Amino acid sequence: MSLTTTAMQIFNSLSISSVLLMVALGLSITFGIMRVINFAHGEFVMIGAYVTFLTDRLLYDALGGGSWFLVALLAAFAVTAAIGYLTERSLIRFLYGRPFESILATWGLSLILQQLARNIFGASNVEVRTPGWLQGGLALADGIQLPANRLFIIAVAVLCVWGTYLFLNRTGAGRSMRAVMQNRSMAGALGINTAAVDARTFALGSGLAGIAGCVVSLLGSVGPATGQNWIIDSFMVVVLGGVGSIAGAVAGAVLIGAASPLFEFITTSSMGKVIIFALIVVFLQFRPAGFLVQRTRALEGQH
Amino acid sequence: MLDKLIAGPPSRRQYIAYGLMVGILLVLPLFLSDFRLALVGKYLAFAVAAVGLDLLWGYAGVLSLGHAVFFSLGAYSMAMHMKLQSEALPDFMVWSGLEQLPWFWEPFRHFAFALPMAVVIPAVFAIIIGYPTFRSGIRGVYFSILTQAMALAMSILFIGQQPYTGGTNGMTNFQSLAGISLYRSGMRLGLYLATVITLVGVVALALWLVKTRTGTVLMAIRDGENRLRFLGYNPVRYKLVTFALSAGIAGFAGALFVPQVGIISPSSMSILPSVEMAIWVAVGGRGTIVGAAAGAVVVNWAKTVFSESLPEAWLYVFGGLFIGVVLLFPRGLAGIADQVRGLLRKTRTVQQRNGDANARSASPPAPDPTVAADAARHPAPLAPRVVEPGVAAAVREP
Repeated sequence: MSLTTTAMQIFNSLSISSVLLMVALGLSITFGIMRVINFAHGEFVMIGAYVTFLTDRLLYDALGGGSWFLVALLAAFAVTAAIGYLTERSLIRFLYGRPFESILATWGLSLILQQLARNIFGASNVEVRTPGWLQGGLALADGIQLPANRLFIIAVAVLCVWGTYLFLNRTGAGRSMRAVMQNRSMAGALGINTAAVDARTFALGSGLAGIAGCVVSLLGSVGPATGQNWIIDSFMVVVLGGVGSIAGAVAGAVLIGAASPLFEFITTSSMGKVIIFALIVVFLQFRPAGFLVQRTRALEGQH
Repeated sequence: MLDKLIAGPPSRRQYIAYGLMVGILLVLPLFLSDFRLALVGKYLAFAVAAVGLDLLWGYAGVLSLGHAVFFSLGAYSMAMHMKLQSEALPDFMVWSGLEQLPWFWEPFRHFAFALPMAVVIPAVFAIIIGYPTFRSGIRGVYFSILTQAMALAMSILFIGQQPYTGGTNGMTNFQSLAGISLYRSGMRLGLYLATVITLVGVVALALWLVKTRTGTVLMAIRDGENRLRFLGYNPVRYKLVTFALSAGIAGFAGALFVPQVGIISPSSMSILPSVEMAIWVAVGGRGTIVGAAAGAVVVNWAKTVFSESLPEAWLYVFGGLFIGVVLLFPRGLAGIADQVRGLLRKTRTVQQRNGDANARSASPPAPDPTVAADAARHPAPLAPRVVEPGVAAAVREP
């Protein structure tokens, strides 16, 4: 690999890491707070992508200059957060503390959502147009040009992480979330409405997945299986990073995003996946609960 | 009385009921065409795998979401044997430009090698995966997620190794098994009967195992692994053996599956089929053995009926089934009768409500101080966690 392709490779994997990070962030928070594994999380990515597609079709001409994409970004967050809220109220709240059952139920939800997408938008993939200001790129040096859409994805991810961090640490609502995450009954005893926190958390996590779906539409076409492409890798990010830890999720996402193309380049793309899986198992030998784990004295705290 | 039939340790009445079920399975060939018989044979092969998974999930509390890999490894072993029966060099190897049979294919010529390998390969693979994960204390959903990633990685690997595995298309177009043509009269019946016998054997093995001391330890792992550790047991060893046994059973089920269905491909070892297996067990009732087998048959039969008549609606029905079983019937088919009785009792007297088996409440009761023998019990509720003083103090708003 020449220096140029190496630089491009690193840059591309960073943008993949960014998407993984946004997906994993929501997963990590919801699992941390509710002990619910949401396998339909990938479908929230898909919903975000389809919302972007719809915005493209509806507002592309009405809003000049490609500003429709910013509208799409907000709409993707709002729509998926709303659907996430409804999902929590109607399904997820019956699954608290039942992680196995939550896997099965949310897997069923994901099948239904995929089939819905197939019936509404058709089985074949659809294209989202890239707005003008995200075409082209930033020329760093001779032959090295960073594509604008990938730069944008990285920027969105950084903003999401920063925003989530501020929200969790600087606002009352965010602090309540962390309190519930650490000790549900104590938080409840201190007067926090834990049910409301659960719903809010789930909506936030879903909304982040929606934003991820919006920017994913810049990388390729959108289809009913869009979410499936991201969900397993995102789970690996959560496992690697440790549940409920933003910094851990960042580290996990960067590692997996960087390792995938690396191993696929060294070996073949199919062997690459196997090697990464083996490495994760080996890694968990040394840090069974991931990189960064909140320390508790509870024996089974890291279930 | 359904629950009495399939839940709990079998009584004399249950043995009679089991005998009746086996009797029905044995006379079915008289009424079914070869095509339908192969279909039922497929359901029963799935039922064998479901029993293995129920041992692991229902009793030891370890949910593997990669069991389709073990099933497929067994199926591939048998498929390799059948491929070599009729072709010196399998067709897909010719297409990928391979000129010589790979060395590891060679011994699969012999049925006496292929059949045991259908059990040994998955079991050894389960130990390779299970030992490091169990040893490092990875439990619960973490294990499930890891096994799921394993299923994805393995299916991608099999797709990628086209010259050795047949790639995306897998293996098909089988002619004979152990020197006997698959199209000979009586061969279908023989395969079907072999599946029935296997199912009976595996169910008997499982029912016996869970009644032994080992079975009690497995349930103790499910209900309170730490407590068991403090009593001096090593859960790793028990979980590992159960995982390997369960994988071996799944592999044997795969070996029964492939000659009756006639194709095996990487799509059967990916995530969806693995989760489906867990659904069979959940529908039948976790920790009931016979219920799990019944669940596999019922779900797959429903799948056939729906995909023949309403292919579009199937995924909605299937997805709804996942959700419905979890929310409404957490104990599966085996628990429904119990739940109905519980509801009836509730309408009669309020006092008896405490004994109600309706397990729908979102917060399960506190764990029993003794190891609960109730197979369908919820996983133990979350252990109380110690809050960091800093954060509790940081929460100011009520």
